[in-house]
Amino acid sequence: MLTFEPVIGLEVHAQLKTDTKIFCGCSTRFGAPPNTHTCPVCLGMPGVLPVLNRKVVEYALRMALATHCTVPGPSRFARKNYFYPDLPKGYQISQYELPIAVKGHVDIQVDGQERRIGLTRIHMEEDAGKLVHAPDRPISFVDLNRTGVPLIEIVSEPDMRSAEEAGAYLRILRSIIRWIDVGDGNMEEGSFRCDANVSIRPAGTTTLGTRTEVKNLNSFRHVEKALRHEIARQTEILLDGGTIVQETRLWDPDKNATVSMRGKEEAHDYRYFPDPDLLPIVIDDAWIQRVRSELPELPDERRARFVADYQLPGYDAAVLTASRELADYFEACLVLYDHPKTVSNWIMGPLLGLLNAQEKPIEQSPVSAADLADLLKRLGAGVISGKIAKTVFDEMAVSRRPAADIIEAQGLAQVSDSSALETAVDAVLAQSADEVTRYKAGQVKLMGFFVGQVMKATKGKANPGMVNAILKERLG
Amino acid sequence: MKITPEEVAHVAHLARLQIAPEAVGKICEQVATILAYVDTLGQVDTHDVPPTTHAIALTNAFRDDIPHAHLSREDALANAPSSEDGFFVVPKVI
Repeated sequence: MLTFEPVIGLEVHAQLKTDTKIFCGCSTRFGAPPNTHTCPVCLGMPGVLPVLNRKVVEYALRMALATHCTVPGPSRFARKNYFYPDLPKGYQISQYELPIAVKGHVDIQVDGQERRIGLTRIHMEEDAGKLVHAPDRPISFVDLNRTGVPLIEIVSEPDMRSAEEAGAYLRILRSIIRWIDVGDGNMEEGSFRCDANVSIRPAGTTTLGTRTEVKNLNSFRHVEKALRHEIARQTEILLDGGTIVQETRLWDPDKNATVSMRGKEEAHDYRYFPDPDLLPIVIDDAWIQRVRSELPELPDERRARFVADYQLPGYDAAVLTASRELADYFEACLVLYDHPKTVSNWIMGPLLGLLNAQEKPIEQSPVSAADLADLLKRLGAGVISGKIAKTVFDEMAVSRRPAADIIEAQGLAQVSDSSALETAVDAVLAQSADEVTRYKAGQVKLMGFFVGQVMKATKGKANPGMVNAILKERLG
Repeated sequence: MKITPEEVAHVAHLARLQIAPEAVGKICEQVATILAYVDTLGQVDTHDVPPTTHAIALTNAFRDDIPHAHLSREDALANAPSSEDGFFVVPKVI
C-alpha cells in the first residue's frame, strides 16, 4: 500500500504591539467603534504620504534575531496591487524582493524528537480593514480601523511533515513573539493568523506534490484539525487516481471540512513594484548589535540553562519555559527556596493544574511565587507533611492567604513533639489490643495499620518518621 | 513588441477597466507602440549602474510611535457613496 508524506509550510501574520499604525499615527487599539481610528493616510486619500513607524522596524528586527535570521542589507517596501474593499488604496504596502530578514529557524519538539524548521523570510506589511457581510442584504460593511496596523509575515520553509509539527511550530512562534514582547499572539482576536500550504508525496520521494493553500485557521485547534483533514482529502484523491488542483481552500469549522474558494486565481497577479513613497531601510551592524544585546534570554536558551544549572529533566525545563512569565515565576521561587526539582514538581502539578482548571495564565496565579516558596520551605523544614502541604496550598489558592496564617489558624503544623506523639501512640495501641497481639505473633504488616491510626488521631499532623520510630520501640 | 487581445483583456480586468470589444485592436497597437518607445531605454548601457527605485538618495525616514488625532467618523465617511451605522457600505463581496 502506497503511503504519503505530508509537506507543510506556514505563513504566519503577527500583529506588532505598537501604539500607532505602520505608516500613520492612528491608534492600533483593538475594539474601538468602527472607523474611528482613521486618517487621510490609512483611508487612502489622494496626495498623502506614508511615513514608517520606527518601532515596527525595531520589533521586526527583534523577531528576526530571535529566530536566527540574517538581515541581508537594504530592505524596501513594495506595492501589492489588488482591488478589495478592505484596502482603500487599491494596494497593500508590503515587502517583496527585499524583506527585512531571511534564512532563520526555530526548533520544535514533537513526541520527544527535536526538529529544526527553517524560516524563509520575515517581512513587514500593513494589515487590511475588516469586512462584515450583511446576512440578509447584498451588502458588506467596511471598518477601516485595522487598515495600516503593522504586521510581520513569517514564512516557513516547507519543512513540516505532520499536522502536529505544524501545531508545535505555531506554538513556538507564538511563544517567541510574546517572550520578546513584540506581539500578543492572540489567534482568536486575529493578532496572530496562519495560512498553510499543504501537499503530499509518496513516502521516500523528494519531488513536491501540487499544493493547496488553506486559509481561515483561526485557532490552534483549527490548524491541526484543518491540516489533518486536508492531508486526508489529498490522500484520498491520489489513491483514487485523481490529481490535486492548485487552489485556495477555506477551513469551515462548522462543516469540519476545507472548501474550495473560487475566483481567486486571477487575483494572484499582484504586479508588485517598489513603493516610491517610502525610502529604503538600511539597518547597520550597530543597530543589529544593540537590538541583539537588548533581547531577553530566549526560550530555547533558558530551557537549556534550566537543564544545565538546575539539573531538571528536559520535560520539566520545556514546561517551565512555555512562557517567559512561567519561567520567571519558577526562578522567583528558587531565589527563596533553592530546591529546583521540588519547586518544579509543585509548579507542574498543583499550580498548573489549578491554573488550567481556572483557565488563568501564570500572571494571574492566586498563589504568588513568594507564597509558594514559603509553603515549600515549611514543608522542607518538616513543619508540615506533604499531604498537609497540598491541603494548605488548596486553601491558599482559595483564600489568597500566606501558608503561615493557614497553618496556624487551622493548627496544621506537624507534631514533632515526642511526648505528644508518644501519648498518641499509646492511645492507639491501648485501643488495638487484638492487632497488637497479632503483630507480636508475626503479622508485621500491621505496622501500616498502627501508623494510619496515629495519623488519623492526629489529623495527619504527626511526623510520620517519628511515629514509626516510637511504634517500633513500643512494639519491639 | 506584440500585444495580444488576451493580454489587453487581462490587464484591463486587473485594473477594473471596461473596454469596448471594437477598441481592443486599437489598444493593442497603441500599447505596443508605447512599449517599443520605452524599450529605447534598453539601448543604454546600465552595466555598472545600480537599479534606481527612488529619486532621492535618502534612507531610513522614520517617525516615532506617537498617536495623532483621528479624523471624526463623519469626516472619514463623508466622501463614501454609501455608509450605515458608522461603516462604509459596499456591494457584497466574499
